[in-house]
Amino acid sequence: MSKLGNLGARLHRGEISYDFIGHRKLWYGISILITITAIVGLAVRGLNMGIDFQGGAVFTTEKTSVSVSQAETYAEDASGHTAVVQKLGNGTLRIQIAGMDTTQSDEIKNKLAEDFKVDPEKIAADLVGPSWGDQIANKAWQGLAIFMVLVVIYLAIAFEWRMAIAALVALIHDITITVGIYALVGFEVTPGTVIGLLTILGYSLYDTVVVFDSLKEQTKDITKQTRWTYSDVANRSINGTLVRSINTTVVALLPVAGLLFIGGGFLGAGTLNDISLSLFVGLAAGAYSSIFIATPLVADLKEREPQMKALRKRVLAKRAQAAAEEELAEARGTASDGSEEATPAVVGPRATRRRPSGKRR
Amino acid sequence: MSWPPARRPGAQRPEREYEKVAAPKRGRSASAQSKPGRSLALILIAIVALTGGMFLSGHTTPRLGIDLAGGTSITLEAKADQGSAINKANMDTAVDIMNRRVNGLGVSEAEVQTQGDKNIIVNIPKGTNSKEARDQVGTTAKLYFRPVLAQDATGPAAPSASPSPSASGSSSASPSPSASKSGASGEKATSSSPSASATTQGRAVTDALKADASPSASASASSSPSPSASSSSAAGNTADAKLQAQYAALDCSKKAARTKAGEGVKPEDATVGCGEMGGVWYKYLLGPAEVAGTEVDKAQAVYNTQTAAGWQVTMDFNKSGSKKFADITAKLAQNTQPLNEFGIVLDGEVVSSPTVNETISGGQAQISGSFTQEEAQSLANMLSYGALPLSFQEQSVTTVTAALGTDQLHAGLLAGAIGLALVVLYLVFYYRGLSVVAMASLLVSGILTYVIMALLGPAIGFALNLPAVCGAIVAIGITADSFIVYFERIRDEIREGRSLRPAVERAWPRARRTILVSDFVSFLAAAVLFIVTVGKVQGFAFTLGLTTVLDVVVVFFFTKPLMTLLARRKFFASGNKWSGLDPQSLGAKPPLRRTRRPAAPVETKEA
Repeated sequence: MSKLGNLGARLHRGEISYDFIGHRKLWYGISILITITAIVGLAVRGLNMGIDFQGGAVFTTEKTSVSVSQAETYAEDASGHTAVVQKLGNGTLRIQIAGMDTTQSDEIKNKLAEDFKVDPEKIAADLVGPSWGDQIANKAWQGLAIFMVLVVIYLAIAFEWRMAIAALVALIHDITITVGIYALVGFEVTPGTVIGLLTILGYSLYDTVVVFDSLKEQTKDITKQTRWTYSDVANRSINGTLVRSINTTVVALLPVAGLLFIGGGFLGAGTLNDISLSLFVGLAAGAYSSIFIATPLVADLKEREPQMKALRKRVLAKRAQAAAEEELAEARGTASDGSEEATPAVVGPRATRRRPSGKRR
Repeated sequence: MSWPPARRPGAQRPEREYEKVAAPKRGRSASAQSKPGRSLALILIAIVALTGGMFLSGHTTPRLGIDLAGGTSITLEAKADQGSAINKANMDTAVDIMNRRVNGLGVSEAEVQTQGDKNIIVNIPKGTNSKEARDQVGTTAKLYFRPVLAQDATGPAAPSASPSPSASGSSSASPSPSASKSGASGEKATSSSPSASATTQGRAVTDALKADASPSASASASSSPSPSASSSSAAGNTADAKLQAQYAALDCSKKAARTKAGEGVKPEDATVGCGEMGGVWYKYLLGPAEVAGTEVDKAQAVYNTQTAAGWQVTMDFNKSGSKKFADITAKLAQNTQPLNEFGIVLDGEVVSSPTVNETISGGQAQISGSFTQEEAQSLANMLSYGALPLSFQEQSVTTVTAALGTDQLHAGLLAGAIGLALVVLYLVFYYRGLSVVAMASLLVSGILTYVIMALLGPAIGFALNLPAVCGAIVAIGITADSFIVYFERIRDEIREGRSLRPAVERAWPRARRTILVSDFVSFLAAAVLFIVTVGKVQGFAFTLGLTTVLDVVVVFFFTKPLMTLLARRKFFASGNKWSGLDPQSLGAKPPLRRTRRPAAPVETKEA
């Protein structure tokens, strides 16, 4: 811990910091690049929609000795459609038959049971009509839209509209990336994926909101001082909450990783795997966007305000003056206090730590 | 939005000596929980009470969903092609009827519920023939008109609430007041004619059936004789002995017997059935079906203003139905009570048994009785659409074998355990002694979640399914994050040079706000998802919302007070190396600068 704790302390004191705001163009660029890749991938490759979205059936057998290729033949004979068979971690077979009518399912199931020499009641079946997936997807879109509207309203009230917009952009960014990765890698999209994707909504914002909260607190009296511009303060609040952001992301990702490991390794496929996969991707994107996209975006928007412009001018003027004075002072070889608005603190790094309006955090 | 929340009036201020130094400008709640013990006691009492409630209710494990317990889950989507709109009333009727059907299969615990605005989910636990279940649900019309051969009250005594006069105030004859013999009527003792219960609540019984064409009809004023003393004999020769025996043995006051009665009987065979009237279950011996529900063109509930007979149900038959109906009413009208009744049988249950007073030809009939508007409408619905007011299409059918369900449950639990272990390891690694607080809080949160889930099973029909398990696992992260937010704040305060006790108190208002704001966003997402979406997504959203709320509860009533208490312990207060609060390793700066700064006059604004 001491290493990390130390890092936390140094971040807190501002001894080390990364200029997130200053490099924002770089990160914007990266994000735009990823987003474009995602969109292109989505357009070119499309999403690999699972059975739930096309209609069809998924049968899961008990542990069996029948081989995959054999099972494929059985399934194709029984249904007259192409079948995809997977052997799962626990020795069971998962047989997917797309495009099949649900009304034939019982026949197919019985035939399969005969082929596999098991009791039909021992075969788990998941039959989906062709429009069920659409309904889930439609509802999900609807939920997404409603949530976005509500959350923008909420953030606009709790914080301010600029932050709401930045959060929204970050959110869209996360979802685009996640969907793009699904398109590019070709993961199967199932209702579980949709659940995961929708959870990202809450999570991505959760993270963003914590950073914004600290930003809001630190910039409350920003116009009353002339030391820092909005961007400077924003940068410091990202750095200040960095440890928390990392911890939060790690702690959120760990259980999801557990799910993914168990879902993928033990069960092979299914709801657990689907939810955790999209969550994993989305959480990672969410952590990234709240630090690299949302806050710099707020800073950008804020800097356009006349007040903040004026502040920036004052700050720059002051810095120039201070620099000049320092030069002058050095030239004269006398000590000078430099600034009159705050009590001169101890020399050294502490001066750089001074918070706006002489207040800590 | 309105943070910080209202201050506790009795809150004492925390130690002040450091406050003078760099007190925040804005007034904040001192927030000191002056009595951390009280909060802790409160939440412990809550846990004990809830756990006690859980054991008392006998539901010590959460109800498992189909995907974990095994069984069949059918999702149906309503189609508006029968001329009736998809609205709540129709959906409710459909759910009601489907419920009757699936539970008629002899499975208890099958559940039918609406989801969203046009879906119905039917969950049938394992052990049932899934194929039969699928056939039963969602098929339409199963309504027949059968002549009544015999009728008896069963079970508890007929309402002692006196024989009432005829149900309809009009001339339409209903039988004379029934001579219900005694309260302690055995199965055959009472032949309480239906009219006895007309005034009691429940479905109106004394349905007199008469030709629609005769509004004031004198014809209908047939004086039906008083009920026969022992109706079972009335059936007499009409039914064969076997059915007679079945009828004699039938006890309609038992649910199992009711669902069993008339099960799988062909329309052309005679059968037995049960019907509830005015809170009393009657058993019926019924002849072969004469008219099918499909032969009813339409039925409507109308309010009869002319004869002040109240709500009535009018029926229009189609051509073949008209003829059959005329034939049977001609036959029945000559009989005496109860042989002049016929039962309207819906899925084996007699929903109404009007008496016939005259031949009804012309394809129009009306049923009168002391219906409430709701009863009349529901009867009309059943008559016009057979059973289901809407037609339904299977959207998805999931059959999970018990073995697969168990596997999934184990996988889910294992994943949860691994996730939890990883989180705990990380917390121990990073927060050392502080992680004890986090782990205790996670434990409390876990217990609360489990107990509430177990209690919600019987309370609102909550069933834990795989996505819900996922939601709970994901929530570990959200819950742990609240502690992280708080701990980081405390550490920041220590880095500022404060000692632990003031640090704990000063960090709280800020951490609290952050926790509330972010949890609100998370809760908002869960709530929107829960309301808008269908299927698996809903189960997930529910757990996520529940755990978010519990997170707030735990942080406020457990973590914070616990932290306050621990801050008084030497181990933490002295900043032991293993406490996770060691000022040195946190890189706290020496409290030197305090002396250099003028004491800010902001202290007055505080609290």
